[in-house]
Amino acid sequence: MEKPAVKVDNVSVMFNLNKEQIDNIKEYFIKLLKRQLHFNEFWALQEVSFTIEKGERLGVLGLNGAGKSTLLKVVAGVLKPSMGTVMVDGVIAPLLELGAGFDQNYSGKENIFLYGATMGYSRKYIQEKYDEILDFSELHDFIDVPVKNYSSGMRARLGFSIATAVNPEVLIVDEVLSVGDAKFRKKSEAKIVSMFEKGITVLFVSHNTDQVRRLCNKAILLDKGKVIASGTANEVCDIYDEKVNGRNKSN
Amino acid sequence: MKGMLKNLYKYRFLLQEIVRKNVKLQYRNSVLGIFWTFLQPLMTTIVLVLVFGNIFGRNLGALVNYPIYLLCGRLLYEFFTQSTKRAMRSITLSASVIKKVYVPKYIYPLSNVMSSFVTFAISLLVLVAFLAYYLIFTDTLLRLTPYILLVFVPLIILLILCIGIGLILSTLEVFFRDIEYLYDVFCMLLFYLTPIFYSVETLKLSKPIAMALMANPLYSIVSMFRSCVLYGEMWNWNWFYYSLGFAVLSVVVGSLLFWRKQDKFILHI
Repeated sequence: MEKPAVKVDNVSVMFNLNKEQIDNIKEYFIKLLKRQLHFNEFWALQEVSFTIEKGERLGVLGLNGAGKSTLLKVVAGVLKPSMGTVMVDGVIAPLLELGAGFDQNYSGKENIFLYGATMGYSRKYIQEKYDEILDFSELHDFIDVPVKNYSSGMRARLGFSIATAVNPEVLIVDEVLSVGDAKFRKKSEAKIVSMFEKGITVLFVSHNTDQVRRLCNKAILLDKGKVIASGTANEVCDIYDEKVNGRNKSN
Repeated sequence: MKGMLKNLYKYRFLLQEIVRKNVKLQYRNSVLGIFWTFLQPLMTTIVLVLVFGNIFGRNLGALVNYPIYLLCGRLLYEFFTQSTKRAMRSITLSASVIKKVYVPKYIYPLSNVMSSFVTFAISLLVLVAFLAYYLIFTDTLLRLTPYILLVFVPLIILLILCIGIGLILSTLEVFFRDIEYLYDVFCMLLFYLTPIFYSVETLKLSKPIAMALMANPLYSIVSMFRSCVLYGEMWNWNWFYYSLGFAVLSVVVGSLLFWRKQDKFILHI
């Protein structure tokens, strides 16, 4: 049997929630002397397990604070789980807050190479992809301008173009299909669908059940850090819709 | 250890790109651009010569050539403080990337020390210009010998030391932001504790104080550098063993600290 693309096994993440974050020595010692160093434990994820086979598209649903972003961070390798293991086979492209890796003083062109290197690609490889990235982003006139002068839509367009041009094997999508104007939105959704056809594995987070039904074939539902439902996209979306509507009714 | 090197190899492009970026951006928005790298040490050396020249600069038997003596110490000290300060801030300044994409975090302090090293290497041209000027146009006691070719040895030891200290500082900075202010004060102290504008040997200090000054690894490194450039002789091997030992120890301590704490970084940046 082929290795799964993503295997999340019994993952739990605990945060220490301070009433106030201490980030300097002065306060640390004052609190230490006054014995006010309290830590509250907070479990953002509890014993979450799932596997995504190659080519599968998993939707992650849940209300705010359910642990979706924490889960994505764990899969992306940014956050180390307190317990459990995560295994990912292949190159991950996290489409989270596009353009987070840009340097504001650097031009668009230079940022393409920087962002590519952040994802582990060589200058030469990005050079080959350069025209494709530029064409998709439609930023020909602005490519030598520092990114700090870009609008947020332009920044997101450039980020999206780079992240999708490098042919990743696992794509983590966090509501980014809502970037840019309607025209670019259509284009980016078409791009993602074309990547589906190439057999890319996707982890997709959204509040929009219509989008999840359309783009995913499997889904899980998170609530307070636990998986409370998993199955085909349609089944889980029905449960989620019911939950949301039920809550609205009771209000 | 093997995994670490493999990881570094995989992310060597990122290291390259960040070094390139830091060097490029440093010069981009100033009119004089790269000339600042020459002007800054040149001007500070002139100031120091004017201020201390009459007090400490008289003893040419020990110092050979005061402006060059000063410049050697000043350039090395400047590299040490600049690179460690930049490394210290590197993790918190890259928070937006570290929070979103997996990257080996040690790349940031490492690349910042390395980009400072590039700037430092460029600024060494000022020293070359000074040497050329004094050798050609003046009657100086300065002698150029083949030992000048060994000049890369103290520089590499200094680079290792900066990487080690940079790893330690960048870890501390994540948890305690006010370490920045403390370190600024420490750097000022270090300026006076390192024989930049004076020489420990000619000051006739009591033994414990002289020993304390010599415990500073920068003392050994600067002294080795001056042996090559200024005195044209082989250095005292004690300096070599001491500074190399200190530098390697700082990297070991820095790496251990960094590796033990790096998974917690994301919770604090």
